[in-house]
Amino acid sequence: MTKHQKINGLPKLDRRSFIVGSAATGLVLGYAAFPEIGASLAATPSNFEPTAWYAIGNDGKVVVTVGKAEMGQHISSTMAQLIAEELEASWKDMSVVLASNDPKYNDPVIGVQLTGGSYSTEMNFEAMCRAGAAGRITLIKAASEIMGVPENELRASESRVYHAKSKKNLKYADIVKSGKANKVWTADELKAITLKTADQRTKIGHSLQQLDIPSKTNGTCKYGIDAFVPGMLYGKLALPPIRYGATVKSVDDSAAKKIPGFVKAVVVDDKTATTTGWVVVVATSYEAAKKAAQALKIDWDKGPHANVSNQSIIDESRRLQKEGTEGLLFVKDGDSAAAMEKAAKVIEAEYLTTLNIHAPMEPMNALAFEEGGTWHIHTGNQFNTRTTAIAAATAGTDPKNVVIHQHYLGGGFGRRLESDMVVPAIAASKAVGKPVKLIYSREDDMQMDFTRPLTYQKVKVGLDADGKAIAMEHDVIGAWPTVHWGIPAFLVPSVDKKGKIDPYAASGANYWYTIPNHTVRNFMNNLAEKATPPGQLRSVAPAWTFWAVESTMDEIAHAGGQDPVDMRLKLLDGAGENAGGDKPWNVGGAKRLANALRVAVGRSGYGATKLGKNEGMGVACVSSQERTFPTWTACVVHVKVDPDSGAITLKKITIAMDVGTVINPDGVRAQIEGSVFWGTSLALLENATMKNGGIEQTNFDSYTPMRMSQIPELDISLIGNGEPAVGCGEPAVTVVAPAIGNAIFNAVGARVRSLPITAEAVKAAMKA
Amino acid sequence: MITLNINGHDHSVDVPNDTPLLWVIREHLQMTGTKFGCGAGLCGACTVHLNGEAVRSCQTEVSQASGKKITTIEGLDPKGDHPLQRAWIAEQVPQCGYCQSGQIMQAASLLAKNPDPTKAEIVAHMDGNLCRCMTYARIQRAILRAAADMRGV
Repeated sequence: MTKHQKINGLPKLDRRSFIVGSAATGLVLGYAAFPEIGASLAATPSNFEPTAWYAIGNDGKVVVTVGKAEMGQHISSTMAQLIAEELEASWKDMSVVLASNDPKYNDPVIGVQLTGGSYSTEMNFEAMCRAGAAGRITLIKAASEIMGVPENELRASESRVYHAKSKKNLKYADIVKSGKANKVWTADELKAITLKTADQRTKIGHSLQQLDIPSKTNGTCKYGIDAFVPGMLYGKLALPPIRYGATVKSVDDSAAKKIPGFVKAVVVDDKTATTTGWVVVVATSYEAAKKAAQALKIDWDKGPHANVSNQSIIDESRRLQKEGTEGLLFVKDGDSAAAMEKAAKVIEAEYLTTLNIHAPMEPMNALAFEEGGTWHIHTGNQFNTRTTAIAAATAGTDPKNVVIHQHYLGGGFGRRLESDMVVPAIAASKAVGKPVKLIYSREDDMQMDFTRPLTYQKVKVGLDADGKAIAMEHDVIGAWPTVHWGIPAFLVPSVDKKGKIDPYAASGANYWYTIPNHTVRNFMNNLAEKATPPGQLRSVAPAWTFWAVESTMDEIAHAGGQDPVDMRLKLLDGAGENAGGDKPWNVGGAKRLANALRVAVGRSGYGATKLGKNEGMGVACVSSQERTFPTWTACVVHVKVDPDSGAITLKKITIAMDVGTVINPDGVRAQIEGSVFWGTSLALLENATMKNGGIEQTNFDSYTPMRMSQIPELDISLIGNGEPAVGCGEPAVTVVAPAIGNAIFNAVGARVRSLPITAEAVKAAMKA
Repeated sequence: MITLNINGHDHSVDVPNDTPLLWVIREHLQMTGTKFGCGAGLCGACTVHLNGEAVRSCQTEVSQASGKKITTIEGLDPKGDHPLQRAWIAEQVPQCGYCQSGQIMQAASLLAKNPDPTKAEIVAHMDGNLCRCMTYARIQRAILRAAADMRGV
């Protein structure tokens, strides 16, 4: 009797979970009232605003208010495209503004302002379509009154309402001007609208030009770092050599005082425990603040983590795994221990991923000031709800007195889900009584990153006499990225209810292969959690779990004498809960992943192309991000390995991705291009190391993301089969590394199990 | 006081001679199209032209720029309609967009000297400009498109 128990991934989140969750941390995350400052629209009575999400002006222009952080994924245009589809507005009439932290712009499904997890598209698709339809219905009704014809004889298209019989039409602009279109829709009314079917769509599925792009070619796009207010001073951080845990013993500013423009050195007393031992130097210019920060003499107590290194984190993870008592069950299918005993062959391996730094091109920054009892923060942030709470706690006020003026993000990648930047900005502004724009130097930004955790995974697989996998045990160990947010709602009970798990630390290990006896345990490495405060880095857990799982799948295939593709297709049989369909986004289940794999394999020439000496092709396929909304992604990588040095040349990467419904094909391609190269960069080039409690890398000379000369050829196939749309900005990150590892093995027989894969590691594995 | 000629206009600024040109342009003059990325000449986000040559403004002291013709992204074309800017839109290059001013300024200095660059020449010229969104393939295509446009082919 096999009992299947998998944690699906996404915790159930809504506004209530955040209000309840807030109590534990002293942060107030939920609130309803909000002053109408910072509302993005200067609404006039003649404007038509059927829902919070957009308004149509007298000129017929549609201004969409986007509650999502715009960090280059073009989600603002996606929202506008969904609205325009049902509104029947002309694309040239559409524009976007970014929402403040007003809760009325909270995500319609998760109930907070958070941009991440590749949630935005699936969670907003319906709400934006309904909002658009509401506008169209109201405009048609108003046109019917104006034209004196029945509504059912009218049709809307390209920002006009047409009456076919009389061959007359009315512009949306004129209808709005008439004042007759003024209905504000209730939630129940919106829910009752019948949306278009796929065959009726005219904009979804088309590569409309992204609305934010022109401003990003002429210098006019405004990021947080571009904010100014009169009388503003500048802040530069003076940081301890320890990532977390240091305290300031004394500050000597005698030399700093001699720097012209120096105002004050402010020790940050961080009640939110987001930062430790930080000092802000305030000056009249950034360059003066920087000079003064260098002149400052600070004595720190280094705290408890001054000896931590990558190796000590790995040692602790190995200890935890060996001891085994702290693992919480994430998956428990069947009885892996019993099955393992019957196995004809057992394979065991350790998989590692290193620390990684987000390093968005725009370093962290925030401009903060208080005016009339309200704190104003200019920044670009992915989690405004929590950042508001952190800001309020720092300022010593209620969250409703904090307005976040959201700007474009010069890269997010999960870094701006954190709120650290507002803490020193507010502390400094409070101390000097003036607005302070705080800008992290690149060194500050890299050394105080909320890194992708260093992960250690132990995988054990039992094979029967035919080489078939009959049992798998998988331990996932590292810092947990979500715990430090202090929001219990993000944690889920383990399978046996013995504890709470961070699903963002193990997601992906609950894969869609049918292996009858499967156990996954999730361990938190407390040392790493404290010493290397972890964050969400683009694609989060699936990037390490699939590194282990998809490499292991190839190890199983080779150990059992099977072709890695054939074996995967057999295991993706869609049996039981792997049939999917418990959510609209995972309809079709494992069979859809099998299809994506077939497409990638076919496109790549796997098995058909004659390969040169020391060349190999490797495959991987993933269901990132979560079981509840998988984006079915498969990859084939063609590599050549230099047997003398171990150096890897990527000849080509082939990707097939099933996103259900393709809203903007070129936009999806752009996201896949970026995420494939991001994944490649993590797989081969990016490595952060902790030594004596501090991150050793400080700038782009020592932390080295991919440059133009390093990009491989890329072939992308999009699969849009009419199922609900899912996210596309992260999943491809997770599929690249194992496909590269598998290709290297097929090329030269070297199995590398640690990221990043270096030439030295390949060379060493060849000898092994 | 130091006088700077930026995009054809003279600006007087009262800053120490060793102030990086970047901060003068961005913060003192509030021309924010030029971006701060690394402060060490490693990423190219701050690229501007000094007498037509692409330079890293974070590594250029303001005194070195005085008396020279400084061009920023805002002044590349009076209407923001340089062939590279048009090509950047046609190829839908930018994602977050933060590095793109620097990318475009770097590319413009290539096309000013080499109207028909090969892909290898583009890579060699552009390799110092980081794009964390990794829009590199589109940047290459956009430069080739702009070059063809400028040659009238």
